[in-house]
Amino acid sequence: MKKNNKIWQGDRSKYPAFDEYGNPIIDLKSHKFTKLWHGPNHPGVTGNMSLELTLSGDEVVEAKTHVGYLHRGFEKLMERRLYIQCFPTCIRMCVPEADSNEYVLAASIEELGGIEIPEAASWLRTLVLEMARLQILLRTVPGQAATLSLGMGAQWGMYLRDLILDRFEELTGGRIYHMFIIPGGVRGLLPAGFKKRMEENLVEIEEFIDKIEDLIFTNAIFKKRTIGIGYIDPSWVDKYGIVGPNARAAGYNRDVRKDYPYLKYNELDFEPYVGKDSDVFTRSQVRKHELIQTVDLIRQILAQVPEKGDIRAKTPNVLHWELPKGETYQRSESSRGEYGLYVVSDGSKYPRRVNLRGPSYTHAVALLEKLLINANIADVHSIMVSLQTCPPEIER
Amino acid sequence: MKEIIQDIKKRFNCTDEIEQSKTQTYITVKKELAIALITHLRDIEGFTHLVLLTAVDWIENNQFQLTYMLNNPTKKIDIGVRVFINRETATMDSAHHLWEQMATYQRELKEMFGIDFPGSPRLNEPFILEGWDNIPPYRRDFDTLKYAQETFFPREGRETNDPAEFMKKKMYPDEEK
Repeated sequence: MKKNNKIWQGDRSKYPAFDEYGNPIIDLKSHKFTKLWHGPNHPGVTGNMSLELTLSGDEVVEAKTHVGYLHRGFEKLMERRLYIQCFPTCIRMCVPEADSNEYVLAASIEELGGIEIPEAASWLRTLVLEMARLQILLRTVPGQAATLSLGMGAQWGMYLRDLILDRFEELTGGRIYHMFIIPGGVRGLLPAGFKKRMEENLVEIEEFIDKIEDLIFTNAIFKKRTIGIGYIDPSWVDKYGIVGPNARAAGYNRDVRKDYPYLKYNELDFEPYVGKDSDVFTRSQVRKHELIQTVDLIRQILAQVPEKGDIRAKTPNVLHWELPKGETYQRSESSRGEYGLYVVSDGSKYPRRVNLRGPSYTHAVALLEKLLINANIADVHSIMVSLQTCPPEIER
Repeated sequence: MKEIIQDIKKRFNCTDEIEQSKTQTYITVKKELAIALITHLRDIEGFTHLVLLTAVDWIENNQFQLTYMLNNPTKKIDIGVRVFINRETATMDSAHHLWEQMATYQRELKEMFGIDFPGSPRLNEPFILEGWDNIPPYRRDFDTLKYAQETFFPREGRETNDPAEFMKKKMYPDEEK
């Protein structure tokens, strides 16, 4: 084979050695390997999660995900609470995007209790879910470049995210946790002048999207460090349970909003953006297109959301509400992918079992451990953020 | 959906079919046939997406219910496969060879419910808890309040008040009880 003198490539044919099952033989005493803990307090780690990396030179030979730094036992605590009391607990299962939690819990209760929500409530729920997606995408899209030390876009994004949080405060009274979606409907209608202020924010966000296109997506260094890195083989999608933007970047047109339409999504005009190359760059492209799409969806929703009308269906007294015996699984599309809640009722006032299906449960454990093998130490953070891991939903 | 359910009912003696919605059905299967049924659903019927695996503790019946939620991305339907296992022995066949993330679910169930899945990779490595020496915490007989009271005893200088009494005392100190 002709030797390429231009690019230095390490000879990996003999070292590290592999056993008969294809696992690397790691002997830490040989001084050929380094054990490195990436987290839990690493400034780059998106939350309290740590990666136990074994390095050979600057390449990762083995990676293990460790969670448990944020375990609060929510699923167990909910078994001792009335359904309405589960809401403050449930929304904390994934902090950055709390509204998906509210929606799936409310939808499960309504499904088991046989309750139909009014038209206006349905529109307002759709609006809140899209606003939640917008605020998290304003963080994650430029956040991908921040993992490669291009922090400017992330700072702009944080400013714009705060504007959306202002709108949340105006609508719901809360910035991060909203408690806006309740069983049977929502808590309020749009305040006066909300649409105008939201439109002003959306215009500013569109300018921001143009700016990050120049700053990040046409940047030679960003391209060099993301194209071809963190490749997810499309055949892994079902094998590893990959969902959401990560599956769409691998060429799968899967979106819960389209495939299992809920709320008002079947009345909105949108088409999920599907990528091809399945690397870090494609995943960030998918998220950027979702940001553009979310701005458009919010405009569509605001044009149709009723200003007046009933926002809450009649429900039994929430303090004495006994749901019929049964079980259900309700899903929604969060910014990370399919986000669902499995609720079992034994006919009492308390849920028998609540279990959350968060996308990070597979993305950050089985998939990330596989993806990091042979990655360069400098790319570890970028690959992890490209999967949009959210540790609170792994350990709940 | 109906044809699939009729077919697997015949082949795998499934019982207790519950149609939760048009796209979601739950069925119960015996422990011995569960992995064969799940493999059949994955390979023949196209339920290639494992949504979740979780357990429900039915302590009054001395049983654990395992729910394998499977999704068919083409037909856009879900099947919840329920398996009831004895709570005392709490052992189930491992399905880690079917999906890569299955091992993580089984590892969590071992830790949180004490359900054993012999042969599952890294099963005994701690997943969330570290140095846990009590009964598995997600079992119904584990009392969270009692555990918190015994483990995290009240700190010095910290008192607990009944909110109604406290406000009464603060706002109307002269009033008698």
